Amino acid sequence: MERSRRKFFRDAGAATLGLGCGLPMLGTGCSSAGEGAQSDSGSTGQLAMVIDLEKCHNDEIRTACAEACRKAHNIPEIPDPDDEIEWIWDEHYEHVFEDLVHERTPHELKEAPVLVLCNHCDKPPCVRVCPTQATWKRDSDGVVMMDMHRCIGCRYCMAACPYGSRSFNWRDPRDYIEMDADGEFLTDFPTRSRGVVEKCNFCVDRIREGLIPACVEAAAGVPGGEGAMVFGDLRDPHSEVNRLLEEKNTIVRRHSLGTGPNVYYIV
Amino acid sequence: MLDAAFRGSKRYWTILAVWVALIVIGGIAFARQMTEGLTITGMSQDVTWGIYIAQFTFFVGVAASAVMVVLPYYLHDFKAFGRMVILGECLAISAVLMCILFIMVDMGQPQRFTNVLLHPTLNSMMFWDSLALMGYLFLNLIIGATTLDAERKGAPPARWVKPLIILSIPVAVSIHTITAFLYSGLEARPFWMTAILAPRFLASAFASGPSLLILLALILRKMNKFDVGREAIRKLALIVAYAMVINIFFTGVEFFTALYSDMPHHTMAFEYMFRGIEGHNSLAPWMWTGMSIALISAILLIIPKIRANERFLPFLCVGVITSIWIEKGMGIVVTGFVPSPLGKIVDYSPTGAEVMVTVGVYGIGLLVLTLLYKIVVEVRARQNVTYEKVM
Repeated sequence: MERSRRKFFRDAGAATLGLGCGLPMLGTGCSSAGEGAQSDSGSTGQLAMVIDLEKCHNDEIRTACAEACRKAHNIPEIPDPDDEIEWIWDEHYEHVFEDLVHERTPHELKEAPVLVLCNHCDKPPCVRVCPTQATWKRDSDGVVMMDMHRCIGCRYCMAACPYGSRSFNWRDPRDYIEMDADGEFLTDFPTRSRGVVEKCNFCVDRIREGLIPACVEAAAGVPGGEGAMVFGDLRDPHSEVNRLLEEKNTIVRRHSLGTGPNVYYIV
Repeated sequence: MLDAAFRGSKRYWTILAVWVALIVIGGIAFARQMTEGLTITGMSQDVTWGIYIAQFTFFVGVAASAVMVVLPYYLHDFKAFGRMVILGECLAISAVLMCILFIMVDMGQPQRFTNVLLHPTLNSMMFWDSLALMGYLFLNLIIGATTLDAERKGAPPARWVKPLIILSIPVAVSIHTITAFLYSGLEARPFWMTAILAPRFLASAFASGPSLLILLALILRKMNKFDVGREAIRKLALIVAYAMVINIFFTGVEFFTALYSDMPHHTMAFEYMFRGIEGHNSLAPWMWTGMSIALISAILLIIPKIRANERFLPFLCVGVITSIWIEKGMGIVVTGFVPSPLGKIVDYSPTGAEVMVTVGVYGIGLLVLTLLYKIVVEVRARQNVTYEKVM
């Protein structure tokens, strides 16, 4: 309801502006803006991830995840933390779930590592604020997408994201991307240019080919990592993620904000 | 009419040369930013907006404040602002231009700026802000040009301009309201997410903008015998006094809510600004200075004798502008990013290159303002000559 109303206003406004200005170019611009969200529609779903906090205490699993992600998406390794690009990484429990800790929470729990990534929210604030629809929520599977060619680099989405899940390319990332012996990038996933924002894409590139996200696959490959991360569609009643959410005690980050994160954590 | 900008004394050309020098300085730094990226700024993944966006916010206020002379003159027929109105409109033009430039230099891909119009996004406050700013720029250009041209011909301005003038009043309020909404609509940033932000922005705008206008009017009088009149200055000073008191009141309201409720989310930002957290206290000296200047200027402005004294008034205006420049131009924007959503406290201070780009934008603003004021002064001077001849 919420989304369709917003879309109606958007399309109505786009139409009015297109008509009002009488610019054919503006018209096509508007309609192609709508297409981004519509072209994949057909089935509606919501991809989600369930992360087992305890299993992910294993350093090896988390390292394997981050490493697999970095390789799959040609993510640069920039040493300066101010400029670092991160799609999936570790944070302390007390910072990820700040409302769940207090002064007397045991130290080990406070500092326990937690894997964090984009939550692909039901109501993503980044999408709400983006002035160019360079980031949008895909109808077919609920993935929050990024168009690196449309992004103007205003970083409004970074101010709006309550999870710090977005990174800006402060410098040219290509100088910091790992290459193979032949001087080629490890995969053909498009590298980004300077001056745009990027983030986890739930591996839409791999999903398209029938694979599961690189991090989920990598976690399962580490001994003891089976079930550390589970990925699936929430609209499919028989999916593994739905089974886990029904059986286990799970939490999401900053639930009270109402963004509706789709990355769940088993406590 | 425009030819006046191309003729002038040695002093006029020297002033222009200084502004061009500032633009060159900014241009050099901006060229570096375009080749190396925004990494040359002090911004980071945690503090993603800095001095550029802060300056943008401050100058939106300056631009909006033209309404403080337009409204009394056109709606209430307050004749004393007769010569002040055009100065206010020219200041608005130059300020909006600076706002647009500050947004442009902050963007990672400025050449894609048109995407904002090619893909209109009604749910984005930034889209609305761009529309309002550009609309306000065009309104002031049209109004300023037609009224001045009419004055040059000694005729009343065309009738169709009046509705545009009336329209410019709500648009002026809207540019600063929407700019506040950019910040106050974000659930991720508790420090910004306050309903008083837009009213507070307007109050501080109506104090800082008219202060700047008073200073400019006094400078013009000293340099060119272009006198806006004592009454105009006095009334504008009164507006500054009221707006400054309201601004301080709104800020006080903000303090109360945060500090009395004592919720960590709300108190933390204030603690960071005025005391610093875990040794991160680079903002504290600025904030204390700003707050002290604000209070002193406000108290002195309230006293009628001091406010009316044109020897003190410039200092009070500088005080008001400085304190609001610190509050809006640094405090509010940067503090919104502290702590980060992941609890990190990251300091921000602008780099040399960033300051140079900022200076360059100031140079463009000052250049445009000087050219516009030159035209205004010439048109008025010529008009006086013909007036005397007729007499």
